Amino acid sequence: MLLDLMSLAWAALAGHRLRTALSVVGVAVGIAAVVALTALGEGARQYVIQEFTAIGSNLLSVLPGKTETTGAMPGMGGVPHDLTLQDLLALRRNIHAAQYIVPVSMGTETVSHGERRRQIAVIGSTTEFLQARELKMAQGQFLPASDVERGTPVVVLGHVTARELFPGQQPLGQVVRVGEWRMRVIGVLAEIGTQLGIKMDEVVIVPVGTGMKMFNRSSLFRILVKVRSPKDLDGTCAQVITILTERHDEEDVTCITQKAVISTFSSILQTLTLVLVAIGAISLTVAGIGVMNVMLVTVAERTEEIGLLRALGATRGNILGVFLVEALMLAGLGGMVGLLVGLGGVHLLTWWYPAVPAAAPAWAIGAALALALIVGGMFGVMPARRAAKLDPIMALQRR
Amino acid sequence: MIELQHIAKSFEVGGQPIFALRDTSESIQAGEYVAIVGPSGSGKSTLLNIIGCLLRPSEGAYLFNGEDVSQLEDRALSHVRQHQIGFIFQSFHLVPRLTALENVALPMVFAGIASSERQLRAKDVLESVGLSDRAHHRPNQLSVGQRQRVVIARAIIMQPAVLLADEPTGNLDTHSGQHIMELLESLNAKGLTLLVVTHDPNVARRANRVIVLADGQIVKHVKGEEMSAGSMPFV
Repeated sequence: MLLDLMSLAWAALAGHRLRTALSVVGVAVGIAAVVALTALGEGARQYVIQEFTAIGSNLLSVLPGKTETTGAMPGMGGVPHDLTLQDLLALRRNIHAAQYIVPVSMGTETVSHGERRRQIAVIGSTTEFLQARELKMAQGQFLPASDVERGTPVVVLGHVTARELFPGQQPLGQVVRVGEWRMRVIGVLAEIGTQLGIKMDEVVIVPVGTGMKMFNRSSLFRILVKVRSPKDLDGTCAQVITILTERHDEEDVTCITQKAVISTFSSILQTLTLVLVAIGAISLTVAGIGVMNVMLVTVAERTEEIGLLRALGATRGNILGVFLVEALMLAGLGGMVGLLVGLGGVHLLTWWYPAVPAAAPAWAIGAALALALIVGGMFGVMPARRAAKLDPIMALQRR
Repeated sequence: MIELQHIAKSFEVGGQPIFALRDTSESIQAGEYVAIVGPSGSGKSTLLNIIGCLLRPSEGAYLFNGEDVSQLEDRALSHVRQHQIGFIFQSFHLVPRLTALENVALPMVFAGIASSERQLRAKDVLESVGLSDRAHHRPNQLSVGQRQRVVIARAIIMQPAVLLADEPTGNLDTHSGQHIMELLESLNAKGLTLLVVTHDPNVARRANRVIVLADGQIVKHVKGEEMSAGSMPFV
């Protein structure tokens, strides 16, 4: 029976090609929008997860300050202590699950060599930063292992920084000026791209002691702890908090695991994806109203036919089926066209702009078709019910 | 076969009931050929629609093969229409986008008959009405006489017990009308009960008997042969 209803519906749709095509286009636009926006949102989520996992999933960050809401008035206490190099050393002494415990200071400074200069992010750290952030050297060596407080005047250049300050020259052994500091280039990082939003190819890395003096800071930007196994993450975080709470006489640091960061970003981007899909769904709703309009016109035009079918023995249910199947086919066709257009659009977008992270997840394909059918069903049921309720005699006489 | 017992049918107009048919009793035997005549508004079509289970009577009982169908629910009434009654309309009511073959096969779609069997049966019936060479033509590609023959083919495809024809020759020229009536009479000769609503005395006089309606009531029964050509008993 379903095949027969589909065959009848197809004949009816084929009888009004332009009207059918316009309705199909309406649904297709809505579905294509949903598919494309889902692909963009999901692509962004995958990109962020990939970025975080690229620097290792065994990493946790310790930040000064506590990320919680307290009842205290601003300025009435709760000012966090600095995260100092002494804190770093205390953690190194006491946390044995850690593979690396690395200080990070951050600032921006003008870096110049001769006439060439540019404003650059300056990272202060120690020799373990290379392993903790899974970086590689293109030439020379990374920061030397030495006393963390000692500020030796050496610098490691990012890939792009080296190329721009020393075009066609060997940077190793050369002297650059970082702010007021004259520093000797001891190494160049291999090309790595962007990590956590920082263009690692466009930084300079200096010993942490040097960095803190350069920016006249007593507090570290953060401490990175790399544990040996992901199962050590939570325990190590708790240990870090305990040690630093003891040192600061209050809990005023935040420990974030990579897992938590990924989960937070993932949930934010999932929400963003849903918002984008909801925006796409607005056009789908408009398309659904279009389908309903077409079906109402169809029912009005085919009133006599409905009366005839009833006279020939069709039940109200049969009539409902005839028009519901027609609406579903209309929306289903739109869904398939929209899916192809949406996927094609995403493909073209990523081909033209490879930097745009867009990937339609597999579930979106099924969901798009299901969504089209739901729209067809929702907006088709009212006209179909109207058809089914028609009195056969009135319909035959078109009254 | 058809037993109408004190049937009345009223319609509400402006809150007032208007009777299209009142206290009508009639009995029609299987295989009869009955013409229903009467002036416009006499209740002929209402009577035909009640017999065809398209309208429910407001009062009285309608027994079809002994079963009171006036009380049946919609689905059961659809089943009676599907299997027991064939309709022939003055204005054909063919689906314009379907071919003659598809129009003829249409009643079988809702009876759940397989597509292959539908094709075979529709071809056979079209052949029996002399339209096998027009099977794939759409209604607008057929003459009015051919259209009416497609309608007859559609009406008999489910092998009904009763054929109800509302002015079957009303839209046809004399020659085509003659052919259609001969076709219907040949079906009646094979045992099909035939009820024809008509304004045409030449059609009415071919029936075994004629029911004359006036003001929603049966006012006279006459034998077809007793009718004079060219005049109606109510005129």
